[in-house]
Amino acid sequence: MTRYVAWLLGALLLAPVAARAQGKLNVMTTTEDLASIAREVGGDHITVESISRGYQDPHFVEAKPSFILKLQKADVLVVVGRELEIGWLPPLIQQSRNSKIQPGAEGYVDASMQASILEVPTAQVTRAMGDVHPLGNPHYWMDPENGKRVGKEIADKLSQLRPADKAFFQQKLADFSTRLDAAEKRWLEQMAPYKGTKVVTYHRSFPNFAERFGLDIIGYVEPKPGIPPSPQHTLDLINEMKRQNVKLVLVEPYFDLKTPNAIGRETGAQVLVLPPSVGGIIEITDFFKLFDYDINLLVTAIKQVGAK
Amino acid sequence: MRATRLFACASLIAGACALAPANAFAQESPQALRQEIDQLRKDFEALKQQYGDRLTSLESKLAAAEGPPAPAVPPTEAPAAAAAPTPPAAQVPPGTEGAGGAAGALPTYGSAVSGSKVFNPDMAMIGDFLGAAGRNTVNPSPAMEMHESEMSLQAVVDPYARADFFVSFGEEGVNLEEAFVTLTELPGGLLTRVGKMRAAFGKVNTLHNHILSWTDRPLVTQNLVGGEDGIDDAGVSVARLIPNPWFFLEATGQVFRGDSGDLYKSSKRSDLSYVGHLRGYHDISESSNIDLGFSYSSGHNDAAANIVNENPLGDFKTQLYGVDATFRWKPLQRSLYHSFIGRSEFIWSRRDQPNGLQASTGFYVSGDYQVGRRWYTGARLDRSDRATDSSLTDTGASFIVTYWPSEFSQVRAQYRRTNYALAESANEILFQFQFSIGAHGAHPF
Repeated sequence: MTRYVAWLLGALLLAPVAARAQGKLNVMTTTEDLASIAREVGGDHITVESISRGYQDPHFVEAKPSFILKLQKADVLVVVGRELEIGWLPPLIQQSRNSKIQPGAEGYVDASMQASILEVPTAQVTRAMGDVHPLGNPHYWMDPENGKRVGKEIADKLSQLRPADKAFFQQKLADFSTRLDAAEKRWLEQMAPYKGTKVVTYHRSFPNFAERFGLDIIGYVEPKPGIPPSPQHTLDLINEMKRQNVKLVLVEPYFDLKTPNAIGRETGAQVLVLPPSVGGIIEITDFFKLFDYDINLLVTAIKQVGAK
Repeated sequence: MRATRLFACASLIAGACALAPANAFAQESPQALRQEIDQLRKDFEALKQQYGDRLTSLESKLAAAEGPPAPAVPPTEAPAAAAAPTPPAAQVPPGTEGAGGAAGALPTYGSAVSGSKVFNPDMAMIGDFLGAAGRNTVNPSPAMEMHESEMSLQAVVDPYARADFFVSFGEEGVNLEEAFVTLTELPGGLLTRVGKMRAAFGKVNTLHNHILSWTDRPLVTQNLVGGEDGIDDAGVSVARLIPNPWFFLEATGQVFRGDSGDLYKSSKRSDLSYVGHLRGYHDISESSNIDLGFSYSSGHNDAAANIVNENPLGDFKTQLYGVDATFRWKPLQRSLYHSFIGRSEFIWSRRDQPNGLQASTGFYVSGDYQVGRRWYTGARLDRSDRATDSSLTDTGASFIVTYWPSEFSQVRAQYRRTNYALAESANEILFQFQFSIGAHGAHPF
């Protein structure tokens, strides 16, 4: 019996490796936001797929073996970085058996390298502060300016890997940046009358968005990052919201609405499910629609509650 | 600084050369060409002068500033970008950042050599405290014990490998639980490990204590697969993905020295033990999936050790066969709050002994449901024959409640009833307190 098992295993281990065609660059990203930006700058010269979905919490993605198969065939892996994926990406990369996408290898792109990162701790960090990210807040893509920087990061990598297509990628990047600039101008105009509107968010997912579009985040439903709401903190938050007359609570689609709704009832604030990612709801199919949707939702709500 | 200037000059010259031929084609007169070159040379001299002046002024400014050299960020860029650490060279590695300044270069104390601490491995320590109440005459555990403190050290070795060490400090001393190097760059997609490791036999055998959803290990593991440490031995492991269009399929082959607790005993070099594992995985939907495994293992057992004479009855071997199945459900959008894992393993043991072959069977079936963000409940049914006497069968049932204050700690209570073959039944309540510090480990799947 031992012999048969040994033979079987031997045969399986020596089975031929699937041939891989040299064609379009196969780009994997960890989130749908990065996938959307990669699609903008790579056009039809690349194939793109995201590991996580926009409606799931990017901190807690399951390291499913089916992702190993996808990473095995990837030429490029684009990650959000700043330790956002630390809980699930390392084992996937390790088991991918793909030397191209190991951290530090040619096909590994940390999209945060040129981005403007907020909330970088300036003092000792301990987990008493909750699940803090020692390298700064990883939700930096919620700012069109950072979108452009991420686009450049990806376009440069694609150009490096396919020098013959460099002009194409740079042209696509220039086009993406121009359209994003135009859209950003429009979004800023939409938000301009409501500059300084005070809001509360569930998790710290929106600092870059708030800074760019002039929202004032005065508190969080979570007492500390990654720590679920506690009664005492909720009470304090309600009092603070009443004192400052805060009329909006922004919640990511993957959080439970029970506590935010209770806060809404107590304070008269409106609870908005604000997707922080492409794919957060079906209508948001790309990076532009993400801001279109979020800003429309915000402006409509602010008008309704008359908040300031 | 000088190098930068030289580089700038060189690149300017290169640029000029690249431009020149284009102009030559445009205007064919050599006179015009010469003028063109003279003009270029003048421009170049002017640029060089300007560049040099700017550099000297910068240098003097830097010298005057005295303090830590601030990264020269182009003033035109968004000022917020300055807050971000500059690209790779000055990047502070994950985990070490909190101790020093927030951004930029690492502080170096004493000589420049101490910068090598950035290469320290990711370290973590997980404490596992156990308590027990009730009566158990067969396998009594103490009322309270610091069962295990597991230290992990993990880092990349070089461009070709990474290393993982797991050392556990228990009541009886220090145990090297696992220590292996993983070769990531081998051709043919072979994932190779060399060192001491938990063998790929089934599911529970591969898991460390802190990842289990119980405070103990199932009866079948205790009776047939070497107890708490399981098959954990020094050897070589090779795993490969089998390409096919339908699902994830991985084959693993492992060769070990042949010493694993009371399961395998090696008396000479050729007494190796072997483990083979085939794992299939398939996504049923984006929120549910199924994981199937078949395992085989063989090695020499310790039955011969009881015979005083020079082993007259030949080698005694143990062969193990295993089947494991796991069903997982986790809705993506509410993954923080609800999930279910159902799991079962069947194991058949065939153990040669002086009194004949013992063919024993055992299994467990378990289910764990996540009720809310911090609460889990679970149950497990156990049944297993004893490896050395298949006529003796132990059975058990457990109910478990787990509370997670955060990702980094958990409190657990387990009611366990065990019906032993030759002793009175045991009713126990087991407690567990787990806490981890250090590097953020990956969540188990």
